[in-house]
Amino acid sequence: MPDDLNWAIGGEAGDGIDSTGKIFAQALSRAGRHVFTSKDFASRIRGGYTAYKIRSSTDKVESVVDRLDILVALTERTIEENLDELHEGSVIIYDGERTEMQDVDVPEGMIGLSVPLQRLAEEAGGAIMQNIVALGAACEVTNFPIENLDSALEKKFGTKGESIVDNNKEAARKGQEFVAEEFDHEFDYDIDTTDNDYVLLNGDEAIGMGAIAAGCRFYAGYPITPATDVMEYLTGRIEQYGGEVVQAEDELSAINMALGAARAGARSMTATSGPGIDLMTETFGLVATSETPLVIADVMRSGPSTGMPTKQEQGDLNMTLYGGHGEIPRFVLAPTNVAECFQKTVEAFNLAEKYQTPVFLLADLSMAVTEQTFEPEVFDMDAVEIDRGKVVDEDEVEAWTDEKGRFQPHFPTADGISPRALPGTTDGAHMSTGLEHNSLGRRTEDTDVRIEQVDKRNRKVQTAQEEEDWSPREFGDEESDNLVISWGSNEGAMREALDFLEEDDVSVRFISVPYIFPRPDLSDDIEAADEVVVVECNANGQFADILEHDALTRVKRVNKYNGVRFKADELAEEIKESLQAEEVTA
Amino acid sequence: MSSDIRFTDFKSDKQPTWCPGCGDFGTMNGMMKALANTGNDPDNTFVVAGIGCSGKIGTYMHSYALHGVHGRALPVGTGVKLANPDLEVMVAGGDGDGYSIGAGHFIHAVRRNVDMTYVVMDNRIYGLTKGQASPTSREDFETSTTPEGPKQPPVNPLALALSAGGSFIAQSFSTDAQRHTEIVQKAIEHDGFGFVNVFSPCVTFNDVDTYDYFRDSIVDLAEEDHDPTDRDAAKTKILDADKEYQGVLYQNEESVPYSELHGLDSNMADIPDGAPEDAMDLVREFY
Ligand SMILES: Cc1ncc(C[n+]2csc(CCOP(=O)(O)OP(=O)(O)O)c2C)c(N)n1
Ligand code: SF4
Repeated sequence: MPDDLNWAIGGEAGDGIDSTGKIFAQALSRAGRHVFTSKDFASRIRGGYTAYKIRSSTDKVESVVDRLDILVALTERTIEENLDELHEGSVIIYDGERTEMQDVDVPEGMIGLSVPLQRLAEEAGGAIMQNIVALGAACEVTNFPIENLDSALEKKFGTKGESIVDNNKEAARKGQEFVAEEFDHEFDYDIDTTDNDYVLLNGDEAIGMGAIAAGCRFYAGYPITPATDVMEYLTGRIEQYGGEVVQAEDELSAINMALGAARAGARSMTATSGPGIDLMTETFGLVATSETPLVIADVMRSGPSTGMPTKQEQGDLNMTLYGGHGEIPRFVLAPTNVAECFQKTVEAFNLAEKYQTPVFLLADLSMAVTEQTFEPEVFDMDAVEIDRGKVVDEDEVEAWTDEKGRFQPHFPTADGISPRALPGTTDGAHMSTGLEHNSLGRRTEDTDVRIEQVDKRNRKVQTAQEEEDWSPREFGDEESDNLVISWGSNEGAMREALDFLEEDDVSVRFISVPYIFPRPDLSDDIEAADEVVVVECNANGQFADILEHDALTRVKRVNKYNGVRFKADELAEEIKESLQAEEVTA
Repeated sequence: MSSDIRFTDFKSDKQPTWCPGCGDFGTMNGMMKALANTGNDPDNTFVVAGIGCSGKIGTYMHSYALHGVHGRALPVGTGVKLANPDLEVMVAGGDGDGYSIGAGHFIHAVRRNVDMTYVVMDNRIYGLTKGQASPTSREDFETSTTPEGPKQPPVNPLALALSAGGSFIAQSFSTDAQRHTEIVQKAIEHDGFGFVNVFSPCVTFNDVDTYDYFRDSIVDLAEEDHDPTDRDAAKTKILDADKEYQGVLYQNEESVPYSELHGLDSNMADIPDGAPEDAMDLVREFY
């Protein structure tokens, strides 16, 4: 068996699946193993199947695969739900003493470990710890040093007092001992530990952390899956830096509050998902025409309307790129993994202030709720630079006033970027508006001024295109005639798919694009390739449309829109099929 | 902030395009006087305006200002004030802006009690879109979109504010310059959300709620034995649909504004050049 371990716990929502999974993930990470988690969850609080899955290896893991080695099944349905991924030799841990689990059918070739989770938990101090008993059992199956689990338990329950921690450790021991005593066969899953230090976090947390690092001090939002974790992360932390999180009455309010704070000079952001971004659309144009720096994160989930709130999709690309009436200069960044959620958030704040535009951070559910391990240095705080752009102080204001001494916040400069006087700056008082305005910020319908201001705002995009680095990342065989392009969180699965493809002697050049707008010009790459496949989690291929438009050519598409992210092995298979398929016809 | 600030310093050199005689002139003059009287100057003042004739106010005043989208001025003001507590924030809008499209924000701004002043120029009609019914229009008021009247009772903004836990609720009449200025001034001085509904007649589209009508019907609380700290007394007056009151109807003297409750006292524009010094702690939390 490879060192790659695929573990899951599943049961009913409300069974503590999430926190138990997180504890095990943390234990693995503390033992110097890489971890990549995924969640199957339904949109309800109690009842309904839910699972927390962990893929773990001593090597970096960046996607989920179609395989499950150890499954803690708290309900019979958990086994049914995962049948496809279970294989010969898979271990299923379940509580055969529970009435509803007595008749569990362990499929042929698999190893069923009936462990009295509830009874052992009670012996350790309370039935509530039955999941921890299962974790102890899993440690035994994998020969995983249980001390790592202890330290994860200390982290989780440390604040609740020593006796709670001790009881949980005891519960884990009972699970471990039970398996050691009752089942004498050797298991195949002998996993290694290393001395490496990793941190384990999800994309929403990384966005929140990036925001604080970048000096964001104001966040207004309205709860929505899967963006809420950003707000929950910032709450209680941003205050330590003099900031504030406001739970607004709705998204219309949230984005306008964030806009107000930004106009007062704070680095400010809001985050939401599909239905919320719709409501915020009204204000996109105001942000852009008033030239207010604002970061708007859209953590995509499956749509349209309320769609499948707990499922994956990359369906809002067009929305963030084109949403809003009229034409709006904006930037759209799409991080490709959890660490990049951090880096792109920092970048978003700098771009927003430098160019005084809305900057969209287009993340997706799979990345937002996925915990991933990284070397802590990946979150390099020393590398965080803060560029506040053309903020003018009271001495500089005069250079930007007209003949009557009035400050001109929308002065049509050569690079399109105007001076910015933060409120409180002496002699900088000015107004700004969503109405078309002149350089003073005053309403106008003068045809020449209209053109001058529209051009000025668009010029900012040109300047950014020239001054900033919008390069994509490249993997695989750079000489290959097969080109695969993806954006957002597909990068991890695709990188692993490259290995699978190599095994099948299919060579592929892979370009991962973290920028939607501005974006790298891939026309030459597309032109040079024989076959071009664009991979994305939506039905219609929104990014493929754009690339076809950019390169005036047709590309093949691999789309997934059942609500689940790409898996590496599955993706490899689909790419292979797509490459072999007939040419796309115009 | 200088002490020789005059109210004209808050005037921009842009001539208002309001119809001659519009109530908004008086409302705005009172606001500028109140700002100057309370020791503010244009550089520390932020005016947020909504949409409508009333919303044009930010253009005619001189200060830091934002003219936003319809109905959302209060959230903008909230963001401005929380981000920089040193700014004097004044939000202005119309009855359509505040009680129709922005009604949700109104209730929540009231209960959030951010220390700012909200002035609504209530002309009981939509002015800028040329005369449709507004939420404060009378039940039988005939307009282009309600030829037989709206046939629904008008919103009572003061009652909404009181029920949402408002800490300062007042009403004034734009043409009564001295009283109007005095009332807005009290709203500015109030620690918390100072709400003033101003009768600001539309001379073009509203021939019912006119200067004459208000002049004849207004009861000034200064001439009545009204104790604004008495919530029950305020309630009785506010729910009295037959009277138009001028004055401070209710003021909670114990009001603690949002920023104080949340310990916000710094200007959020001041941030370090890079990540905070202890930022690696944020990463270590994830060990
Ligand atoms: C979202 C949106 N809907 C409609 C409008 C059109 N509109 C402009 S002003 C206005 C009504 C303003 O009425 P009120 O707030 O009473 O202000 P007044 O003009 O009477 O001062 C409307 C509906 C708009 N600008 N935005
Ligand atoms: S239409 Fe009415 S509210 Fe608008 S400016 Fe004229 S008088 Fe004033």
